[in-house]
Amino acid sequence: MTGRILISLALLVLAGPANSQNLAELPAKCRVAEQLVERDFALPRVLRAIAAKRLDILVLGAGSSLLPGANGIKNAYPARLQIALAEKLPGVAVKVTTDVQARRTAAEMMKTLGPALAAAKPALMVWQTGTVDAMQAIDLDQFSAALGHGINIAHSAGADVVLINAQFSPRTESMIALGTYAENMRWVALQQEVPLFDRFSIMKLWADLGTFDLYSATKKLDIAERVHDCIGRLLADLVVESAKPDEPHAESGR
Amino acid sequence: MIKVSTERDLRLDLFRGIALWLIFLDHIPSNAVSWITIRNYGFSDATEIFVFISGYTAAFVYGRAMSEHGFIVASARVLKRAWQIYIAHVFLFAIYLAEIAYVAHSFDNPLYTEEMGVLDFLKNPEVTIFQALILKFKPVNMDVLPLYIVLLFWFPPVLWLLLRAPSIALVASATLYALMWQFEWNIPAYPQGEWVFNPFAWQLLFVFGAWCALGGAQRLARWLNSPVVFGLAVAYLLFAFGIAMTWYFPRLAVFVPKFVGEAIYPIDKTNLDVLRILHFLSLAVITLWFVPRDWPLLRSRVSWPAIVCGQHSLETFCLGVFLAFAGHFVFTEVSNRLLTHIIVSVSGIAIMVAAAALVSWYKRMERQGPGPRPPSIKPGYAGGDA
Repeated sequence: MTGRILISLALLVLAGPANSQNLAELPAKCRVAEQLVERDFALPRVLRAIAAKRLDILVLGAGSSLLPGANGIKNAYPARLQIALAEKLPGVAVKVTTDVQARRTAAEMMKTLGPALAAAKPALMVWQTGTVDAMQAIDLDQFSAALGHGINIAHSAGADVVLINAQFSPRTESMIALGTYAENMRWVALQQEVPLFDRFSIMKLWADLGTFDLYSATKKLDIAERVHDCIGRLLADLVVESAKPDEPHAESGR
Repeated sequence: MIKVSTERDLRLDLFRGIALWLIFLDHIPSNAVSWITIRNYGFSDATEIFVFISGYTAAFVYGRAMSEHGFIVASARVLKRAWQIYIAHVFLFAIYLAEIAYVAHSFDNPLYTEEMGVLDFLKNPEVTIFQALILKFKPVNMDVLPLYIVLLFWFPPVLWLLLRAPSIALVASATLYALMWQFEWNIPAYPQGEWVFNPFAWQLLFVFGAWCALGGAQRLARWLNSPVVFGLAVAYLLFAFGIAMTWYFPRLAVFVPKFVGEAIYPIDKTNLDVLRILHFLSLAVITLWFVPRDWPLLRSRVSWPAIVCGQHSLETFCLGVFLAFAGHFVFTEVSNRLLTHIIVSVSGIAIMVAAAALVSWYKRMERQGPGPRPPSIKPGYAGGDA
């Protein structure tokens, strides 16, 4: 994973700034991680929903989809995703609902998944998971199985899926094997042919470049809010890019 | 009964020393220098090298003890070694606890509310510490020593069989490996899950190493010198390298046929995936091809730092785990720049070499003892541990 980030650093230097049409819309801070937003698989149901001018999204997640404080909900990435998507998709009614609760493993999220999907009827389920599984050292096979199960449930409920892996958390790195679970999600995503939003690598790149100081011991919310804002925007890029019609997505390499 | 060769193969110490350095580099989270380690270019990593060579040297040292002094004496020595490793593991756990307690006390960030939950176990230390003492609770990166303890604990009867019927011992080990895959055997861990290094799986590499030490290597010589085997090993390493590149350039993944991806993933480290064994064996074949037993550089100063680390592997390994904690601490508390990563990595290895040299000196001194005494170790046995 380190290698992947070093390579993106190298690409960043080589490619220079002017190789994406999204640049203008992204704040400079988020922009550096753009190389890591891969558009690997299509989102046909989202494409149809955009064509029908109504895009409902369900964010299924645990504690790292939340921010504390009175404005926590407004500033966390699910709400930022809704705003970013609404900007990128004028004329489309975008609505993000959440099923977010701290300290849940992938398997535990399965319990409320059915009712949540039935209530939201989303075209897309954004599924953030992997942190609590890593903390509890859940068996990797069980973790993968839970992911596959959840993706199948979402697909049969008519929703595309985007997976989000764990946050990069430098202070707790020697205590939680987040990287293993984040990589495992990449394999599951490849196998199930769903896009992965590689939050782990993106935040690691931010930390390496000094974009955001993820090491600081602060009670203040400003950095956390900006991180969530960037994640919301980059996620919106991924959704819109993956749902573009008539472009063979495999050949979109640089 | 098989006769154990008396000449210690310095290549073992060299490559075990290098493996210990790589394990240290890989154990510092987010270490940029770990980019150079072999796990990034194929399926296996330094753990395979370490376990294989540990099996080899265990058979080499205790095999001779068992031939000369019998089962009881050799078993007692093996178990004493397992006990030393247990003590080392508990010592490392104490250091780990100190680090965790510090982080829990000093770190607070609203972005990481969820992640800080990992410190909850400090709320009930009586359970956690007990579970750590019975080797069920093993913090991140502290899984190798418990594996080693279990492998040594089993080793006396395995060695006994290896000395009498090596082929049967190896087949038994492979059968256990196969049964583990069939019935998903592993040892439970705390708070849940199972051992990260499944002893039922990793014993295969340990026993294979021991088998090689007790004459197996000679029996394999015909194969090892065959250009066909060499070619296959090169081809397999290239294949693994190609797959590894798709991890860094996901766009290359389109060149991997779907059935290949389905066949190889996930590459299971816990249960020592067959792909990992093959990768290790290919590396070994190529290494043996280029590094003969009488390789001149083995006796030169260039190889000495790695060899001395490899000869005192337990001390070096434990120090490496501790230095990895300390290195991570430097990254978080002092500086996270690339230069810091390089300085921490290089000085960590330098400290490991210095400590190994010190241990070596102590052992030489203790062997000389207070008065004249016949040397208990034969010449040619380069003063290393199992």
